[in-house]
Amino acid sequence: MGRAKLPRKSTTVDMTAMCDVAFLLLSFFILATKTKPPEAVKVMIPSSVSSIKVNGEDKVTVTLGKDGKVFLAFDDKNKRKQIVKDLNTRYSLQLSEADIAKVDKAEIFGTPMSQMKSFLNLPKESQSGEKLPGIPVLDSTNNQLRDWLASAVAVYTGDRMNLLVKGDGLAKYPVFKNVIDAFKKNDLMKFNIITNQEGLDPASALYKEKKNAPKAKE
Amino acid sequence: MAEMDTSSGGGHKKGPGVKKAKKMSTRVDLTPMVDLGFLLITFFVFTTTMSEQTAMKLNLPKDTPNEDELNKAKESGALTLLLARDRTVYYYEGILKTDGSNFKSSNFGELRKVILDKKASTNVEDLVVVIKPGDEATFKDVVDVLDEMSINVIKRYAMVEIAEPEVMLIKATEGAGGAPAPATATPPPTK
Repeated sequence: MGRAKLPRKSTTVDMTAMCDVAFLLLSFFILATKTKPPEAVKVMIPSSVSSIKVNGEDKVTVTLGKDGKVFLAFDDKNKRKQIVKDLNTRYSLQLSEADIAKVDKAEIFGTPMSQMKSFLNLPKESQSGEKLPGIPVLDSTNNQLRDWLASAVAVYTGDRMNLLVKGDGLAKYPVFKNVIDAFKKNDLMKFNIITNQEGLDPASALYKEKKNAPKAKE
Repeated sequence: MAEMDTSSGGGHKKGPGVKKAKKMSTRVDLTPMVDLGFLLITFFVFTTTMSEQTAMKLNLPKDTPNEDELNKAKESGALTLLLARDRTVYYYEGILKTDGSNFKSSNFGELRKVILDKKASTNVEDLVVVIKPGDEATFKDVVDVLDEMSINVIKRYAMVEIAEPEVMLIKATEGAGGAPAPATATPPPTK
């Protein structure tokens, strides 16, 4: 037989360029991702068909843990400080200037006001929801959430407060009722409940309505 | 990346006493690195989209006008939903009769049918759904009911306090093993 061997061409591809592109894309996504706001407690939120997006930087979040603990978080650091200062004067919590400076680091509040001083002096790791007792709301005479929100309303004068409720699916209704009570006493009638997105049943009335009037907003 | 050209590829047999400079190949195959890179990219792509959360709007009515509105609502158009433990929903139409004969029980799966039936049988202006969550109802139950209002496009609904007779009725029904039974007007002595 003659030379039946075909001339072999090189099949190795130089992966250098591909590697560069991959790392470029990776760095883009790393920089584009915003850090998740710190959570006090792990909350399994219920789902709903609502598709209104949670927007805005300046959010006030009330978190309901599944054991009934209530936590409060303010996104805006300046307003947070002012609220704590206001509470300090109204309820004489005896917070020093140093304590108030620590408010910057406190992402979430979850103690009765009497324990505020010791809470602010805790190291960052202990400020997690598991160890915190939560803001007392269950006693209608001692609904401290109402006091917190009263200060918040005073600080937010004029600006609309983006009030959000993030509740664990297993949290019992009485806690939620008292949270709503605190809102009502402060005249905060509009708020949003954070939920996971759920698919809308095509047989439902809402689906038909959305299909027939895509421009009409709910 | 520069390629270092070495005259020989590996595979030298090292014999004893043979002093030959070992020339090793410095070519690195980058294919797995690219795989890793894309894996990390997909990870970040998915985590950024997952962190977006949706919200459900809730507007609370003011307390005092609420009572008037409830009184104005026609009995025939009112459907009351009582949320109890373990995802059970009790409901009745109109006003609760003292012998409890219109007190029915259901669960979340059937709830939509109940609501749609009521909606089909009443005028739009008269239809009002009154939601009364009990102390054992969970947050998820409340959100689900509010969701049902939205899904079935119920324009008028209200969330109010559960009343004592209703609590009694629920306790009596639960005590009787969940079967809807007409309860007597007097509360059970073991309360």
